[in-house]
Amino acid sequence: VSADQLDVEAYAAQYSGRTRVARLLFIAERCGVEAIQLEALRMAHDEARAREDTVLYLDAVLKINSRLGPRYRHDQAWVDSVNRRAEQRKEKLETELNGYRTNLIKESIRMGYNDIGDFFYAHGHLSEAFKSYIRTRDYCTTSKHIVQMCMHVILVSIELGQFAHVTNYVSKAEQTPDTLDAVIVAKLRAAAGLANLETKKYKLAARKFLETGPELGSNYSEVIAPQDVAVYGALCALASFDRSELKSKVIDNINFRNFLELVPEVRELVNDFYASRYGSCLEHLEKLKPNLLLDIHLREHLGTLYNDIRHKAIIQYTLPFISVDLNTMASAFKSSVSMLEKELAALITENKIQARIDSHNKILYARHADQRNATFQRALQTGNEFERDIKAMLLRANLIKHDFNQKNWPGQRKMNL
Amino acid sequence: SRPVSSPPTRRKAASRTAPDQTPESEPSSKGKAPSAAAAAAMESVEALVAHIQGLSGSADELAQLHGLLKQADGDALRAHSAGLLPFLSHLHPGAHSLGYLYLLDSFVSSSANLRAHAGGDLLVTVADFLTSCSADQIRMAPDKFLNVCRVLKNEVMQLNAPIRGIAPLRAAVRKIQTSSEQLTPLHAEYLMLCLLAKQYKAGLSVLEDDIFEVDQPKDLFLYCYYGAMIYIGLKKFRKALELLHNAVTAPMSSLNAITVEAYKKYVLVSLIQSGQVPSFPKYTSSTAQRNLKNHTQIYVDLSTCYGTGSYSDLETFIQSNAEAFQTDNNFGLVKQVLSSMYKRNIQRLTQTYLTLSLEDIASSVQLNTPKEAEMHVLRMIEDGEIHATINQKDGMVSFNEDPEQYKSSEMVEHIDSSIQRLMALSKKLTSIDQNISCDHAFLMKVSSSDLQMYFSFLPLCCPLLFSNKCE
Repeated sequence: VSADQLDVEAYAAQYSGRTRVARLLFIAERCGVEAIQLEALRMAHDEARAREDTVLYLDAVLKINSRLGPRYRHDQAWVDSVNRRAEQRKEKLETELNGYRTNLIKESIRMGYNDIGDFFYAHGHLSEAFKSYIRTRDYCTTSKHIVQMCMHVILVSIELGQFAHVTNYVSKAEQTPDTLDAVIVAKLRAAAGLANLETKKYKLAARKFLETGPELGSNYSEVIAPQDVAVYGALCALASFDRSELKSKVIDNINFRNFLELVPEVRELVNDFYASRYGSCLEHLEKLKPNLLLDIHLREHLGTLYNDIRHKAIIQYTLPFISVDLNTMASAFKSSVSMLEKELAALITENKIQARIDSHNKILYARHADQRNATFQRALQTGNEFERDIKAMLLRANLIKHDFNQKNWPGQRKMNL
Repeated sequence: SRPVSSPPTRRKAASRTAPDQTPESEPSSKGKAPSAAAAAAMESVEALVAHIQGLSGSADELAQLHGLLKQADGDALRAHSAGLLPFLSHLHPGAHSLGYLYLLDSFVSSSANLRAHAGGDLLVTVADFLTSCSADQIRMAPDKFLNVCRVLKNEVMQLNAPIRGIAPLRAAVRKIQTSSEQLTPLHAEYLMLCLLAKQYKAGLSVLEDDIFEVDQPKDLFLYCYYGAMIYIGLKKFRKALELLHNAVTAPMSSLNAITVEAYKKYVLVSLIQSGQVPSFPKYTSSTAQRNLKNHTQIYVDLSTCYGTGSYSDLETFIQSNAEAFQTDNNFGLVKQVLSSMYKRNIQRLTQTYLTLSLEDIASSVQLNTPKEAEMHVLRMIEDGEIHATINQKDGMVSFNEDPEQYKSSEMVEHIDSSIQRLMALSKKLTSIDQNISCDHAFLMKVSSSDLQMYFSFLPLCCPLLFSNKCE
């Protein structure tokens, strides 16, 4: 599915809540094709209007820039009326909350803060929502309350981009004494995976996504769709796992298979990679690339992940051989020989491949360090360093022993040379 | 003028004087008729000389002589120092070193005397003395000995003939050292002369000894600096780096100019040797760590520029700062840093390629033509920096493995001697450690800090007892 074939409606249908609008706006921003841009913006506008979210509405209208006709122009009247109503509701909620606070009924206070939090969230005031949700913590009495609070905080933090909080509250939620509902567990795993992905901890992210149970389904559509779990998990795993982990955790993982079924292309490319069909694997990756670039969470990391996967493929390719003909390898990886040679040189310099390139004949030779010579060399070098360091240290000790102080120099001795 | 004749007492000791006694000469009296006091002084000098000849035998005699000399030192000798020179001919520098030293020191301490005898035999006299004097005797008056050496150094510098000072000073260093591990002020002077005379190998004989005892920090800094310059001249960059490292990391409470210059060279030699400048180890004094880089900013910038790996950038940087490097007298070294960049890049290639065309080498190392690449590779092969063969027909270079197999008998000997050396060093270290552990001051310090730790924990345990009224 390439960029100009992206079905914006179907994509947006996977999500609900604020993330739907946010993702649509993101697509509109990054996609180069005008038709899709406008489609996305149109849907974003409608959604924002339906949700009475003025912040997102204004954003959408700004980006539409009157390109879609009169219906999509800036409607200040509507904005004002929504804001007025929102203001009224807010006052009402706050009065109620104050009432509860004076009455000192924990449960009511908690629900009051929750309601306010929900209100702020719905209207796009994320940091206030965050604060309100956090305040419910003092009034939680059961572990269910705590879990509910954690889930709210996680939701807001993801949108705010504060992934440290996400990880924090995921572990808080997981530590509650009661056993959690399977859906909630799955949600927590997915959220944790997302946090790790955004903080570039790809291996941990892969593990979390792979542990996400199929119970997730579309229950977490306000954050993440099951297809996303499959894609993120597979890509991170390919980029960071070694072969055995890949086999045990991804390919043989029955739970994860359910997710992979949703994105058959990804399933194919994982299998290709494992079966050393690197050319086809990289082809799949290239095909998926334009759409993945439009994903709000994956975009920044796509370059690194793709690079890592390609490097892993190259390293794995060369591992079983004593010598590799660069021409064959270049055709397998669908790149030119000189490009491949440069990539290999870089990998060798980083010590990821133990080999040397015969540039004249275009062959890569595996090179196994001579352990014996290397040991001698290292031993002699360590001896030299030891000698040098000890001598310097003895000298310094002597200097200190005489308690030298440069202030004492003039006139210290009769004969000052 | 008063004829110089040997007083009767001296005839007795005539047999003790050296066979190559120079003929008595007229004292340089500058035309003035000597006063009675001067005559008396001369007589006392003669008496002194007699004592010297008589008492230069055993250790007891020497001690007595030393006392007499110290008494005479001051007015008696100095006031009439001009007349002392001829008396020296009655003494043997080897047997009568202590007395000779006193007289000589007195003579050369006056600049008038030096000017009068500039370029003459004085230099030879002093040089002879330094080479033939007795180490035990001169160690009894080290300050005077050092003074005489310094005068010699100044004289050869004035004559623009530093090479004349090398042999005598080397002998002097050996004589005044109590052990080969001791650093004397002469070391720095000697090395400086070697540098000026470009006699680097001569400097090596002194540099090869490891120094463990230092009396004066200033000696150390100069020694390290000059020594490093000698090693640089011989292209022994690793040893130069050791000395510079010691100069930079020595304990110091305030920065001195020598350390700043040493650090500049340290940066340059590090770049040549290993392509990067190591950060300060933690035992470096805080003064050095905080201030050194401020005084040597262009060198720090140079090392950052080097780190980018681009030859042309480095070249531009060097050109634009050429003046500064010239004033520091470091331009030669800086040029070596520049050429080391090619070497480093080529060496990196040997790790990645088995064979590589000269064209590719030229392009990856940023040289202009394959011919230049060939030249560089050839030079590196000749210097033993890489192992490779050039195939001119194909324009290819094949990089080979280091042929050292660590099996030859030379290698075994080398390893064995290293092991012996390191074991000796290790033993030395253990003994020093034991000495420190038994040292009274150390024990006091340790126990008091332990007690301090104990007392600092008590308030945490009993907050009620230790209220805020405690300190």
